[in-house]
Amino acid sequence: MALSGMRGLSVFISDIRNCQNKEQERLRVDKELGNIRTRFKNEKASTPYEKKKYVWKILYIYMLGYDVDFGHMEAVSLISAPKYPEKQVGYIVTSCLLNENHDFLRLAINTVRNDIIGRNETFQCLALTLVGNIGGREFAESLAPDVQKLLITSSCRPLVRKKAALCLLRLYRKNPDVMNVDGWSDRMAQLLDERDLGVLTSSMSLLVALLSNNHEAYWSCLPKCVKVLERLARNQDVPQEYTYYGIPSPWLQVKTMRALQYFPTVEDPNTKRSLFEVLQRILMGTDVVKNVNKNNASHAVLFEALALVMHLDAEKEMMSQCVALLGKFIAVREPNIRYLGLENMTRMLMVTDVQDIIKRHQAQIITSLKDPDISIRRRALDLLYGMCDVSNAKEIVEEILQYLSSADFAMREELSLKAAILAEKFAPDLSWYVDVILQLIDKAGDFVSDDIWFRVVQFVTNNEDLQTYAALKVREYVDKPAIHETMVKLSAYILGEYSHLLARRPGCSPKEIFGIIHEKLPTVSTSTIPILLSTYAKILMHTQPPDPELQNQILAVFGKYGSCIDAEIQQRAVEYRALSRKGAALMDILAEMPKFPERQSALIRKAEDSEADTAEQSAIKLRAAQQQTSNALVVTDQRPANGTPSVGQLSLVKVPSVSNVDQNTAEQGVTQANGALTVVDPQPPSTPSADLLGDLLGPLTIEGLPSATVQPEPNLASGLEGGWNAAADALAIAPVEEQSNIVQPIGEIAERFHALCLKDSGVLYEDRYIQIGIKAEWRAQHGQLVLFLGNKNIAPLISVQALILPPSHLKMELSVVPETIPPRAQVQCPLEVINLRPSRDIAVLDFSYKFGTHVVNPKLRLPAVLNKFLQPIQVSPEEFFPQWRSLSGPPLKLQEVVRGVRPMPLVEMANLFNSFRLTVCPGLDPNPNNMVASTTNYSENTRAMLCLVSRFKKFVYCAFVFKAISVFYGEPHDGN
Amino acid sequence: MILSRGPKLCNFVEWRGYKVVYKRYASLYFCMCIDQDDNELEVLEIIHHFVEILDRYFGSVCELDLIFNFHKAYYILDEILIAGELQESSKKTVARLIAAQDSLVEQAKEQASTISNMIAQATK
Repeated sequence: MALSGMRGLSVFISDIRNCQNKEQERLRVDKELGNIRTRFKNEKASTPYEKKKYVWKILYIYMLGYDVDFGHMEAVSLISAPKYPEKQVGYIVTSCLLNENHDFLRLAINTVRNDIIGRNETFQCLALTLVGNIGGREFAESLAPDVQKLLITSSCRPLVRKKAALCLLRLYRKNPDVMNVDGWSDRMAQLLDERDLGVLTSSMSLLVALLSNNHEAYWSCLPKCVKVLERLARNQDVPQEYTYYGIPSPWLQVKTMRALQYFPTVEDPNTKRSLFEVLQRILMGTDVVKNVNKNNASHAVLFEALALVMHLDAEKEMMSQCVALLGKFIAVREPNIRYLGLENMTRMLMVTDVQDIIKRHQAQIITSLKDPDISIRRRALDLLYGMCDVSNAKEIVEEILQYLSSADFAMREELSLKAAILAEKFAPDLSWYVDVILQLIDKAGDFVSDDIWFRVVQFVTNNEDLQTYAALKVREYVDKPAIHETMVKLSAYILGEYSHLLARRPGCSPKEIFGIIHEKLPTVSTSTIPILLSTYAKILMHTQPPDPELQNQILAVFGKYGSCIDAEIQQRAVEYRALSRKGAALMDILAEMPKFPERQSALIRKAEDSEADTAEQSAIKLRAAQQQTSNALVVTDQRPANGTPSVGQLSLVKVPSVSNVDQNTAEQGVTQANGALTVVDPQPPSTPSADLLGDLLGPLTIEGLPSATVQPEPNLASGLEGGWNAAADALAIAPVEEQSNIVQPIGEIAERFHALCLKDSGVLYEDRYIQIGIKAEWRAQHGQLVLFLGNKNIAPLISVQALILPPSHLKMELSVVPETIPPRAQVQCPLEVINLRPSRDIAVLDFSYKFGTHVVNPKLRLPAVLNKFLQPIQVSPEEFFPQWRSLSGPPLKLQEVVRGVRPMPLVEMANLFNSFRLTVCPGLDPNPNNMVASTTNYSENTRAMLCLVSRFKKFVYCAFVFKAISVFYGEPHDGN
Repeated sequence: MILSRGPKLCNFVEWRGYKVVYKRYASLYFCMCIDQDDNELEVLEIIHHFVEILDRYFGSVCELDLIFNFHKAYYILDEILIAGELQESSKKTVARLIAAQDSLVEQAKEQASTISNMIAQATK
């Protein structure tokens, strides 16, 4: 072994290893740290060799999990050592101890730069490795051009250039905006001619990163990638050292095929032919062999080839070959291949016309649901979920239910959610749906969220045929010993509403029903008691003629809870008791709940939302879902920055958690207030469902729009809720934040902003002292705004400050704002905006001024929103169907369902679209109830980009296609 | 999460929206965390590639080699992966580069010792 041992280090490591317990280890480490500290303090005493040794020790101690902050400085300072051994230690330890945001890294930037531009290639390598591993924004700003130069200088040796390529890759990934990649396409194409496979591998990784942001500029690389792939697949000019278990660099093959997946199509017929030949060769020529590594490597290539074939949407023949291969894979013994087979089959579901072939493998997939490996089980579940439709829903859901009882806890929640969604989406009949959910609650009650049982109640309420059946079913479940609390809630609710339909059956008299439900009361939590009380009131109402004994029992319960410490329970008990004395009027007051308005399943909505943070989601949806969630987050973040959150949001915030206020009313309020924003805004901010019953008991208030004007309640039971609503509204009217601020804005800031999203001039903000008007002109990606700051008073406004907080996608330049605005004067401040890339983030104007002693500081959202950079364009079906099909998914094709959109007539929707600068394109969708609109988006980086929006019933889908033409095209979700 | 998994299971674990690809060599586990849509098998073989290079360098590598020479493991890794991407797929090239680095360190050491010898002799 060519080891240059460091005795001190070895001794220290041995000491640590000989420690009997953690305590001893800590003592030894503390001793060493003390020693190192004194040594470092006494600068002169330590030789370079010793310093090096101590810094290695620090790294070792860090690896053991101890805090070594004091050593950071020492590690960083070794970077500037003149000799290689110390420098190497400095670089390696720094890149282990620090991350890109650490302040100390700044100290090293200069040295790193000198090493990179210096002549010593071993120093260059060290520096590039450090930047490639932990380089952050400042490194990108000061080093990117130098690193770019290294990569393309042919006099540099391969060892430097491959590091330069990966270093650039890191800098580009982290800060694409800092890097100037203009004109890089030619250089990248040149790099792909490289013969050294090390440099080629690194360059290919860099190309993949560049392509993922913008493939447009790199078309010239496409044929070269195919050439590289051919060279490898045919094993031409591949040195022996670059073959791995007989396979010519599998990694480079994989990367090349990954790069090719970023191009929407391959147009040149010759290139296409050679590519397909290579793919065919890979698909056919890969066999399962005994050697694990060879097998893995060849299948890594094979699976990438499969992905590429899927992406290119090759001829049917090749596609069915792929499906056949996958069918084989999901049945093999080798677990990795089985896992990947299932995963890729799920991806395959996106491809048209293969679903039926996949269904043939259903039995095999169900077997995988019982695999000993949880990773494989998850894939199988995902695939089953994806392939489920009306034809096989019964079978699949029943399998999932059956598996649920034996499944491990890690998967139960997901299983129940998926079973519930599938049952709802594809139920052949509703009674089956009710059966499934009841079984679900029975088997995995802990994992059945409130949304699920709410949904059952909605269905049962809206379908009279179902009511008797449901009542009968829950009656059976209530008899079981120790039922889950969710089951208690659901059955109490349903029996309260519908048990009178069963009255003639044995065991179903009001008295018996009351008895059996009341038995559960001592075991349930406070959140369930209110439901039981409502049930009692309903039973009481349904008992005609009145049964005095039952009446006394129930009144006694109400009496008991009339002094309950929980306000919700107490109020209900008191009110129900009072109501039950009303005699015949009780019938009207407690009449059956009216039907719920059709709404999207909260469950499906939740499933879509939670996708981004569950590990087990299907990979295809991942990118789209992440996009969606992150945008949603941004929008929610932005709102409070506006100073006055919208009405609806406030009422959400202020609602006491036990109250009955119908959350939906509040949510609708948000949509209302945001009326103009609905297309931009994916959904109202999600708040945990605080109210249990509000969701169920207040269906009528949902239509009471906006929340400030609650419609008269036709039904007194919900009238009870009305009181709460009014309370919430009162709260909603007084914005919380403003109370501390003496100067009140005139008019609703949010409303002004929304209006300005649609118009180009108007008032952005106004209060007693100042009015801020805005006038804008938009041309492609450029915008010219003028802010009019008008002093409404006879005294000057002083300390005027305006600061623009632009989101990263906008370049904004505000001209100088005078510090003082004279009385009754108006100042104009031009503001230049350039859209760098499309984004939904919103720029904020941080404005402040002083009047007398008051500092007023509103933060205003600027209406430089996405739709301002749109220009309407008319598209014909002939133009875009071919283009649309040639694209296959993110980042070129995104799809999003916008929820919480107020239902509106088509004409109104069309007008709204027009004011968003979207052109409605008739004829693109054969169904006249669907609407498709198109537009072009302009931004500095992408230039013109076509976007499409289509509307299906209550949903709005958007598809964004970079510079290509497309239409959204998908099935409307049925029934929701 | 990984330690509890039996030997006959697949080498991938899904974790918080990522995947962990791992491989066990006797008592040593090597793990890499990757994105959902990365190529899992490719990464698995990067791990093996690394292990083969360690093997070549240490001569049948074992846990103790790595513990006492963790710093070497680090700079070998730096020759294979940067920014999470494979940098060099030729074992020979990596071996050559590592040897070159070692010899640079050795040279510096010899120089240092000759200088200290000279000083020692001069001060005699």
